[in-house]
Amino acid sequence: MKQPRNGGYGGIPRWIYVMAGAGGLLVLLPLAAMVAKVNWPQFIPLVTSESSLTALGLSLRTSAASTALCLVLGVPLALVLARGRFPGQGLLRSFVLLPLVLPPVVGGIALLYTFGRQGLLGRTLEVAGIQIAFSTSAVILAQTFVALPFLVVSLEGALRTAGNRYEAVAATLGARPTTVLRRVTIPLVLPGLASGAVLSFARSLGEFGATLTFAGSLQGVTRTLPLEIYLQRETDADAAVALSLVLVAVAAAVVALAYRRPRPAGRVPEGASGDRESPTAAPVAGGGVP
Amino acid sequence: MTFTVQAAVAARGFDLSLTVGPGETVAVMGPNGAGKSTLLNVIAGLLHPDSGKAELDGKTLFNLAAGRGTWIAPHRRGTALLAQEPLLFPHLSVLENVAFGPRSAGVSKRAAGNSALRWLAEVDAAELQARRPAQLSGGQAQRVAVARALATDPGLLLLDEPMSALDIHAAPLLRRLLKRVLVGRRAIIITHDVLDALMLADRVVILEGGRIAEQGPTREVLQLPKSRFAAGLAGLNLVPGTLAGHGLVAGDLEIYGQHDELPGQLPAGQPGVAVFPPSAVSVFLAEAHGSPRNSFAVTVTDLEPYGDRIRVRAGDGGRLSADVTPEAAADLGLIPGMEVYFVVKAAAVSIYPA
Repeated sequence: MKQPRNGGYGGIPRWIYVMAGAGGLLVLLPLAAMVAKVNWPQFIPLVTSESSLTALGLSLRTSAASTALCLVLGVPLALVLARGRFPGQGLLRSFVLLPLVLPPVVGGIALLYTFGRQGLLGRTLEVAGIQIAFSTSAVILAQTFVALPFLVVSLEGALRTAGNRYEAVAATLGARPTTVLRRVTIPLVLPGLASGAVLSFARSLGEFGATLTFAGSLQGVTRTLPLEIYLQRETDADAAVALSLVLVAVAAAVVALAYRRPRPAGRVPEGASGDRESPTAAPVAGGGVP
Repeated sequence: MTFTVQAAVAARGFDLSLTVGPGETVAVMGPNGAGKSTLLNVIAGLLHPDSGKAELDGKTLFNLAAGRGTWIAPHRRGTALLAQEPLLFPHLSVLENVAFGPRSAGVSKRAAGNSALRWLAEVDAAELQARRPAQLSGGQAQRVAVARALATDPGLLLLDEPMSALDIHAAPLLRRLLKRVLVGRRAIIITHDVLDALMLADRVVILEGGRIAEQGPTREVLQLPKSRFAAGLAGLNLVPGTLAGHGLVAGDLEIYGQHDELPGQLPAGQPGVAVFPPSAVSVFLAEAHGSPRNSFAVTVTDLEPYGDRIRVRAGDGGRLSADVTPEAAADLGLIPGMEVYFVVKAAAVSIYPA
């Protein structure tokens, strides 16, 4: 409640700090309680048991795969939503964002009725000899379903912030749309793209409901770390807590990676600019990290 | 081998046609919202007009005549655009920025780099080649942007107020640079500065309300302006009206003046303008008669310092100005809102058809 060190006007009433503190505690306190419950002497054996390592490995592999799938499908979606102009654009955006607010178990049921044995596409796929439900592919699909909006929202925001003026200039310089995308658009929104990908990865890593519904819980095939934790909780609470801590650590690392402060771009040191013209602020594009 | 454009954008009240000859530089001037940037965006292919067509050296850029719908994408037009801000790609070095155009045209990396170096040298920025745009001053960045646009060898170079974002030290440098590189190059330059028109352009086009108000060689337009905007650029008063036997009728006013350009009688009934410098206008509190003089009853709207004089703006929207000495302004007790008479000798007024 002191004045900010740089002397600028903060403008926040004191009682706001109290409520913000309560909000922070709501997140921190349960984490602390969990850490307090960890059986430290048994920690290493617990997290390195065969089933734990299998689940962790599966989680990391499927999350990486669904992040890749999110990039392949989400980048075009974000581009179309941010730059395109077509009827039904608002509707498309709403539907893409739907998984953000949908209970994951509902997403799992929807996926089951699409790719399941009796599903919309499942029957055709089965004839072709492809079975998706209750396989590792189902895990990846379920994770992509819930994680895609994170990438699209993040990237669309970055694209809107960057604006299309650089792209227009690139076009008048003779660059084809694909060249503009590759050499101008994507590099400019790289920070937003990276944070979107990291968020998608984190969301995939934590996915539970849709995975359980659509992919089941088969060790080594579909039992990801969250499913393993839920299962262990019934029989071995210590193992569940230890694995939870691993997941918290991975999630914290991912969030730290996504929200670290961007390094300021290289600036001219005072007086090194070579002529009398004063350096002016170059328009900073990209950014858009939520 | 010319460039012609004819385009209309109904939503912006924009409708004009323009021709630019080979090697000709045209300055486009006009008040804000006159359609200057609309013109460049239509030519560059960034804005789709409702109708019209454009051709550059026999190549159709767009043709939206009834039943046809030719629209060439911006990257295939050969019309490089230089905006107010340099808009250098922040993630590329200066050299890569200038090489961007040739690279996009399919030139090998090495040849594009060589061509970029040549253009950087042309704009005195070769030593900046390794820098990032964030490490450049505003003037340096705009010079690099000029090199980047020229490196594409555009059939028509479009410059949208390239000097307006620069400080007073950087602008003259860029103006000299543009004078050098625009020689023999076809270009359209939007500017607010009459100096740009005089120094860089062969011809000036005045836009008002989305239409061409007048055009001609820069010197001629400034000497005999036919639009209020051009008169303002030349620092002259301009009253539009209808030509009559020996003068001009503007509303209930009759203005007498010289018409050296048209010996004999003025073509009565035609639209015309009366033009006179503010320095030729005297200010009186009472109507001063005595031929041959013109006297206008006006309301003072503004007073502002103008060199060693006071510029008195009056009339609707302050459209007429008179320059008086500070002593005269004090003697008359001039303040905004006052009713006064602007008096100007007929010998100081030029009248000619608009």
